[in-house]
Amino acid sequence: MDYHYIGKGIPRLDGVEKVTGEAEFVQDMFFKGMLYARIKTSPYAHALIKKIDISKASELPGVKAILTGEQAYQKLGIYIVDKPILAVDKVRYFGEAVAAVAAVDIDTAERAIELIQIEYEPLKTLLDVEEAVKPDAILVHEDLGNYKTIPDVFFPEAGTNISNHFKLRKGDMDKGFEESDLIVENKFHVPQILHVPMETHAVIAKWGTGDKIKIWSSAQSPYTLRNLFSIALNVPLQNIDVTVPYIGGGFGGKAGIHLEPLVALLSKAANGKPVKFIATREEEISTLPCRQGLAAKIKTGVKKSGKIVAEEVEYLWDAGAYADYGVNITRATGYSAVGPYEIDNVKVDSKTVYTNHLFGTAYRGFGHAEIFWAIERQMELVAKKLGMDSLEFRLKNLLRPGAITITGEPIYEQSGNVIKCLQTVADGIEWGKHKSEEEKELERQTGKYRGKGIAVLNKAPAMPSNAATSAIVQMNEDGSVRFNVAGIDMGQGAYTAMAQIIAERLHIPIEKVHTVFETNTDAATYDWQTVASRMTILAGNAVIEACNDMEDQIFEIAGIVLRAARHDLALGDECVYVKQFPEEKIYYHQMAVGYTYPNGNAIGGPLIGRGKSIAQGLTILDKETGQGRPALDWTFGAHAMEVEVDTNTGDTKILKIVTAIDLGKVINEMIVKGQIVGGVIQGVGTAISEELKYNEDGRLLTKSFVDYKIPTMQDLPEKIEVHCIETPQLDGPYGARGCAEHPMISITSAMGNAIADATGIELFETPFTAEKVYLSLNK
Amino acid sequence: MMEKIHLFVNGEEYFEEVPSNSTLLYFLREILGLTGTKEGCGAGECGACTVILNGKAVNSCCVLALEAADGYVETIEGEARNGKLSKLQREFIKHNGLQCGFCTPGMIMSAKALLIKKPHPNRDEIKEAMQGNLCRCTGYEAIIESVEAASRECEE
Repeated sequence: MDYHYIGKGIPRLDGVEKVTGEAEFVQDMFFKGMLYARIKTSPYAHALIKKIDISKASELPGVKAILTGEQAYQKLGIYIVDKPILAVDKVRYFGEAVAAVAAVDIDTAERAIELIQIEYEPLKTLLDVEEAVKPDAILVHEDLGNYKTIPDVFFPEAGTNISNHFKLRKGDMDKGFEESDLIVENKFHVPQILHVPMETHAVIAKWGTGDKIKIWSSAQSPYTLRNLFSIALNVPLQNIDVTVPYIGGGFGGKAGIHLEPLVALLSKAANGKPVKFIATREEEISTLPCRQGLAAKIKTGVKKSGKIVAEEVEYLWDAGAYADYGVNITRATGYSAVGPYEIDNVKVDSKTVYTNHLFGTAYRGFGHAEIFWAIERQMELVAKKLGMDSLEFRLKNLLRPGAITITGEPIYEQSGNVIKCLQTVADGIEWGKHKSEEEKELERQTGKYRGKGIAVLNKAPAMPSNAATSAIVQMNEDGSVRFNVAGIDMGQGAYTAMAQIIAERLHIPIEKVHTVFETNTDAATYDWQTVASRMTILAGNAVIEACNDMEDQIFEIAGIVLRAARHDLALGDECVYVKQFPEEKIYYHQMAVGYTYPNGNAIGGPLIGRGKSIAQGLTILDKETGQGRPALDWTFGAHAMEVEVDTNTGDTKILKIVTAIDLGKVINEMIVKGQIVGGVIQGVGTAISEELKYNEDGRLLTKSFVDYKIPTMQDLPEKIEVHCIETPQLDGPYGARGCAEHPMISITSAMGNAIADATGIELFETPFTAEKVYLSLNK
Repeated sequence: MMEKIHLFVNGEEYFEEVPSNSTLLYFLREILGLTGTKEGCGAGECGACTVILNGKAVNSCCVLALEAADGYVETIEGEARNGKLSKLQREFIKHNGLQCGFCTPGMIMSAKALLIKKPHPNRDEIKEAMQGNLCRCTGYEAIIESVEAASRECEE
């Protein structure tokens, strides 16, 4: 099919505002009378709050409000309501906010924070998930059994540190392992890591008279934020307006609700003056949430032929001090626990575990980058034990049309093609090509050994079974079309994709799509959240439906004016025309706000199309077996990597990464490839350096970009090759499915497998620092 | 304590008063209202606040405003002239050298300082000069392409 706009590399529509610095972020906003907020955070990972003395701080001129957990005690939590706005009675992680100040300027607020005196009584800390699940473990939350949650979806275990236990049972484990010729069991670890949006969390809030609340926030999910705010602070939804201007990256860390209630309560305490809070980089790192850590155990039973017959999986998620999105990550990684493989006998236990670490939240990949470290390393290790090529081993077990997933979901042609992805990347690095004798000799001389690794991936949006979205398209007087969706474009290019869909569907030039990059809940139509790689597929479908609705209205008016039946009419070049007599036409601008006859009679009215979409056919999963349909769409992919390990130093250089993602249909080639490269490099960060480190008391040590390194330009591989595989998703817009998170999944496993190929060392924990590689080489 | 300061920003002359401990970043954003320059870390570790001071790229969060006295500062607001984008700005859009846009002003100023010093840098020189500018969205490839393209445009 030939399209004008779909699939084309249209430059992003927010480009000009962003390259000129005119794009306004919350950081850049200012209101008259605005106050500035600072917070005081806990120096302990676990301690009782014995006394808070604010007397000196409140005497400081210019201080307008001071809050502690006494006033800001209300609890937040998207799935389990467990986190007080400010710590109450005790602190559960280093960096937890304990008190907050609003003052006339930032210096005064900072001085006031220093003057607040807090007495703590340190408690024993819990820093290891495997310790935390033991029956005699100390408790991070004594009251877990009484916390509000979503019944039938999440299963907290009262009196323990387990805030959710997802179970999946399929087939007969005993029989499966009995039939196996070989059983391989391994443990894998992934440390907590950071999102690192370049813009830290930023909020301005104004709590007006009559509880009219306005919030400007760097938030990914304005509607969910509004809803959670309303519940936590008992304010009606219609009183709360959330505005999201440009946001400087999210990666999951800006989903849900974080600082907004605190800033709003400060405004309330300061008689409704607007209050601005911009997290410092240190607060972004140590107070705001991170990605959870993982301890994984996988036991695989396999036939000599290479067919996997049984797999037993345990995922212990280090949620840190609060559950946040963590309980749903546990669930999502539970139902995709074995990766894109068909296995008949499976047992999965995935648990969210409280510790006294920084709390975790949603993060690009929603747990899948972590579990795929375990899954795809395990596949490599099993293949090695079998003495089988790991590509061949994977191909024997991968999902293909006719296969059934571990939740009982059938796979069709239109589900996507992981085998094609894997073969594409394997070809891309010349998998199976042996080193020449000269190359081997050179490796011995230099100590620099080359190796190749492959890994597959898959992920579906993890969301409630009824997550919905909507769109409105409205024609302006000149025939341009404004669209309105409440999903956020935080740089992923979603609005450009929406504009392309509208231009395509309504036959207008893309320049005539009116795109607004600020969203607010008072004006925008409903959207659940901008997470889970769901915007292109769900908002894309809603936008198409809105265009269809507008087309109906155009045909209705045109049918009257042109005296033609609907089936004789068509849209083209900013007009509606009679197919047989194309000169018989009405331009959009002639009917955008109603059509007027020469004598002054008018019909119609402003053209406004409405569209919606909701996840189709999903079910709640069975509590005991995990069976059901959790996936709106599966996006499959694969990476192959070639590395060179310097055995003299442990340094690993990435020579080449080849990535293939089956995204159904490319909407914008330039933007999607940019997003894929970005995800791949974010994955490289987790492979080479990123890791939160704590001392033995649970104090965070990696609190700056000096101690916590994300990739710079110097860390780029020599070559990155991206392949977009297009197996259309029948219910996706033009066949598209989401792929925002997927590029970063399995980068660590491809690299770990490549290091093993190069050197023979088997790594079980990320990241692969030179130190770790060197020590493993010299064990 | 307030101090008087005289300097040029994007060619315009300013006589202002500024607290003596203010950073150049604070002066630009909060006193002059030039919010195109972003604060990403406040510690000179991310490059989001990069501006050009007397021809050289600096992290404006680590320079006192008073250090720029009588100097020439160039910020992102001075890049487009008479409503026309500069070649770096055009190439960043054309090659998709940005996503969320938060690091972009600093990236462009860093690239500009590099091209002033070295109009035709190779890939390694671009990486070397711009490694202090962090970006979490793009994976840098498209940024490097944008700078290379702008450098080629210099030749033409």
